[in-house]
Amino acid sequence: MKINIILLISMTAAAMWTVMGRSLLKATIGLAVTSAVITILMFRLNSPLAAVFELSVCTGLITVVFVSTISLTKPLTHKEIVELSRDRLKRFWFLPVILGIVGAGLIVTITRPGFSVPIHAAAAALKGAREVLWNLRQLDMFAQVIILIAGALGVVILFEEKRRDEW
Amino acid sequence: MSGNPVQLFSVFSVFIALLFISGLYCLLVTRNMIRAIIGLELLIKAVSLLMIVAGHVSGKSALTEAFVITIIVVEVVVTAVAGGIALRVFRHNGNLDTGDLTKLRG
Repeated sequence: MKINIILLISMTAAAMWTVMGRSLLKATIGLAVTSAVITILMFRLNSPLAAVFELSVCTGLITVVFVSTISLTKPLTHKEIVELSRDRLKRFWFLPVILGIVGAGLIVTITRPGFSVPIHAAAAALKGAREVLWNLRQLDMFAQVIILIAGALGVVILFEEKRRDEW
Repeated sequence: MSGNPVQLFSVFSVFIALLFISGLYCLLVTRNMIRAIIGLELLIKAVSLLMIVAGHVSGKSALTEAFVITIIVVEVVVTAVAGGIALRVFRHNGNLDTGDLTKLRG
């Protein structure tokens, strides 16, 4: 449990860094770190397949998508960064306060005597995730393929548009 | 991983709530489109982790794993398309400020 708590604290710290960080690139790296920590937690919660997906797709691919998007946009000048920093400080200083209050409230709630979570008794062990995906959730697989095709088409249109702009 | 399931679920719930609030706050406060997408990502991650914990505690890990894989596929497509939209907005407006998106016409 101690390792889990350390990992959860790391996850929250990385998420806060992601939200409060000034640079977009650093925010993207923070998001990747958050994903990596969530991957470890998923492995520890006996969900290796989801963990592998999280690591390869969320930590890898999504980071690449963000970095590509950021690199295709114009970087801010030093003056703009200074102005934005002042503005950001005003808007984002509430976050640690809100997290502190909510966290303290939740910890008080769960440590209260008599607190219980409505957890149903463990169901009969289901088959592995692969069998669930291929036998029980075929419609999900079909939808995933359609969504991936839609996403690929979106990206193709984006590049096509860029070429047209260059002409 | 041993331990009381109620305790495990409770501890994870606290931190997942904090992750969710971070994402929601980012989404509500920021005016940069890319940062808004990052906030959305944090929200999705919080939900995914909550599902994995719920599956682990209730003994239905395989089912929740299948759901989380579906969520991840949707997440990556949403991110790619949203990144594309952000780029188009940047080319059109010269910045990524959502405050400038006031000229939408049918």
